[in-house]
Amino acid sequence: MTRTRTPGISRRSTLALMGAGAMSVAAPWVARAQAKTVKIGMPTILSGRVAQLGTSSRNAVMLEVDKVNAAGGLAGRQIEMVVRDSKGQPQEAARVARELVNTDGCELLLDGEASSGSFAVHEVARDLGVLCIHTCSEASSLTADPKQHIPNAFRCVRQGIHDSIVGGSYAAAISKAKGLKKWATCSPDYAYGRDTTGEFTLYLKRFAPDVEVISESWPKLFQPDYTEVVTKILQAKPQALYSCLWGGDLTSYIDQANIYAMFTQMEVFAVNMADYTALTVVKNLPKGIHSGNRYIKTYPSTPENAAWGDAYKAKYNEYPTNWSWQNATAVMFLAEAAKKANSTDGKKLAEVLAGLTIKCPFGADGTVTMRGDDHTLVGYAIGWGTTIPQEPYVPEVKAGDWKTIFELEAEWKKSKGYT
Amino acid sequence: MDLDALTGCLSSSACLVTQTTSGLIIGMLLFLVAVGLTLIFGVLKIVNFSHGAFYMFGAYFAMTAYHLTESFALAMLAGAAGTAILGLIFERVFMSRVYGADVLMQLLVCYAFVLIFDDVVRLIWGPEFKSMGMPAAFQVMPLFIAGGVVPPYYLLLIGVALVAAIVLGIGLSRSRIGKVIRAAAHNPGMVSALGINTGLIYGGVFALGGMLAGLAGALAAPVRSLTPGMGFSVLIESFIVTVIGGMGSIVGALVGALLIGLIRSFGSLGFPLFTEGLMYLFMVIVLVSKPTGLFGKEAA
Repeated sequence: MTRTRTPGISRRSTLALMGAGAMSVAAPWVARAQAKTVKIGMPTILSGRVAQLGTSSRNAVMLEVDKVNAAGGLAGRQIEMVVRDSKGQPQEAARVARELVNTDGCELLLDGEASSGSFAVHEVARDLGVLCIHTCSEASSLTADPKQHIPNAFRCVRQGIHDSIVGGSYAAAISKAKGLKKWATCSPDYAYGRDTTGEFTLYLKRFAPDVEVISESWPKLFQPDYTEVVTKILQAKPQALYSCLWGGDLTSYIDQANIYAMFTQMEVFAVNMADYTALTVVKNLPKGIHSGNRYIKTYPSTPENAAWGDAYKAKYNEYPTNWSWQNATAVMFLAEAAKKANSTDGKKLAEVLAGLTIKCPFGADGTVTMRGDDHTLVGYAIGWGTTIPQEPYVPEVKAGDWKTIFELEAEWKKSKGYT
Repeated sequence: MDLDALTGCLSSSACLVTQTTSGLIIGMLLFLVAVGLTLIFGVLKIVNFSHGAFYMFGAYFAMTAYHLTESFALAMLAGAAGTAILGLIFERVFMSRVYGADVLMQLLVCYAFVLIFDDVVRLIWGPEFKSMGMPAAFQVMPLFIAGGVVPPYYLLLIGVALVAAIVLGIGLSRSRIGKVIRAAAHNPGMVSALGINTGLIYGGVFALGGMLAGLAGALAAPVRSLTPGMGFSVLIESFIVTVIGGMGSIVGALVGALLIGLIRSFGSLGFPLFTEGLMYLFMVIVLVSKPTGLFGKEAA
């Protein structure tokens, strides 16, 4: 059997593609007449290894959008969500975001991408001028770096640097109390793992200067077996271990470290442990792992937060994730901003959003704020505690102090040359 | 590079014991997957790129059986038997159609099934990761041998894999079926002319290969998280093992797998940032000095 067709893109299809590209530029979204409903586009990860997080983002958005629509919608217009799968690939996220605005007529964007994709969507927002709220990316530079700043983009997400400051000070306090001087780290070998671990140890050493990191392990992301890493850490005999492994990698690691009785030999600080995705999957969760709060319905321990967690579980038959509360909060911000601006116009919403404080079940004091100068979320509930193997999983959470966070964050920004 | 850590470890019995057993565990699981791969290649002359899927199914079958019955033995049995049946069906219905076809064709069929099997798992068990949990009998303190740490579960794991290796080795060299299989690998036309059903032999070998990979998956299930696509990384390492050991050689698969396991466990001490690289480097050295692999036979 022979085929004569040459591979690759022919001249004709290239021309067709270019034509299609020109069309989409020539038909800007702003020119559309205001429809009865307001479409909000949302690229997120609905397939692949972290699909669970993307699905939980969509679920949380839908939960809140239903409430907003039942209460009359955004400035009188019903919300219609258009959620698309980016497969977790940055170039796909950018393409989907552009298509949502240009082809589907979405007037606002909720960017449910992980850090890798969010920077790509951010550039699309910069290019198209459409209002965009990032709802999943924790990478500090997304809003801290003034080069990234655009008036129409906001980040409604916890931030890496906040977590590091709170985690570092929490761990330092325990280090001092228990005399933990020798530390080991074990984190996935990619930007998130390296940055987060670096920042955590920076603040740990700042608050407890006699701490020494004696062993570092950098397993690959999605590595199936951690035995050699576990035994290496056992050889080093540290008194404490920090890890920012997450999801299936973290549960694998715990299962494998468990049979070496690692958790009886050192204090373990795993920032991503206290998330229902990991807590409910690990069958033999060791007692006493220190973790940051991702999302648990018992922290902040308010009736509002518990009710929200239960409502989510009732609707979707599983607990919300860290990505869930962030996405829900973004919809709450949009609803409040639309009420204040009495409009769904992106520019007007952006003006109101900057500096806006709203009541929110996930706030440290019942409110959260979209900080005006760098368009990022502050005042959310943030803290660390230790795990137990059954609900409520983290019975007591020591809250982070936002005053300290602000001081050290400002200092960090200066050291990075951001201010 | 951290050569001090490596030499320090080599001179301490505690470290030596711990790292060697950790290397053996990684190696033995890898051996179970790789030996199926090499067996299928040796007899069927097919490079089974979908082999990782059997490892994955073994783990999922074991988890489901364990959660239903709470019995670890039944879980292992379900993992092994389930994948054996799956292997037989897969070979008879699909793979048997591409024997003698272009290598590219075989590759495409296998790759298609890598994707299909992943999606089947996603449909049945869901896209999120799962954990089987360690059976209560093995939730005990690890043993301390010469100061080194050895978890009892890993002793069982090494034992099971070793038994499988011995049974396989003796079975193939001594038993009648083993002789027929070897004959079929050598000259299928003649075997068939002697009145032996080669189709059955092929199906049986494929089922055996699938079963070994499934057993590896079942043994790994209590300590590794289960996700669709979990077979892929194991497959890549299995290929390295078969290339080092020599395609078609069972002893080669055993030696290759143990070498890779030991390289990983000691490499992570001495070359923490180059552990993966070491495996490939070792493969390159073997390929350059002996292109057929350590125990591979020269092509006729």
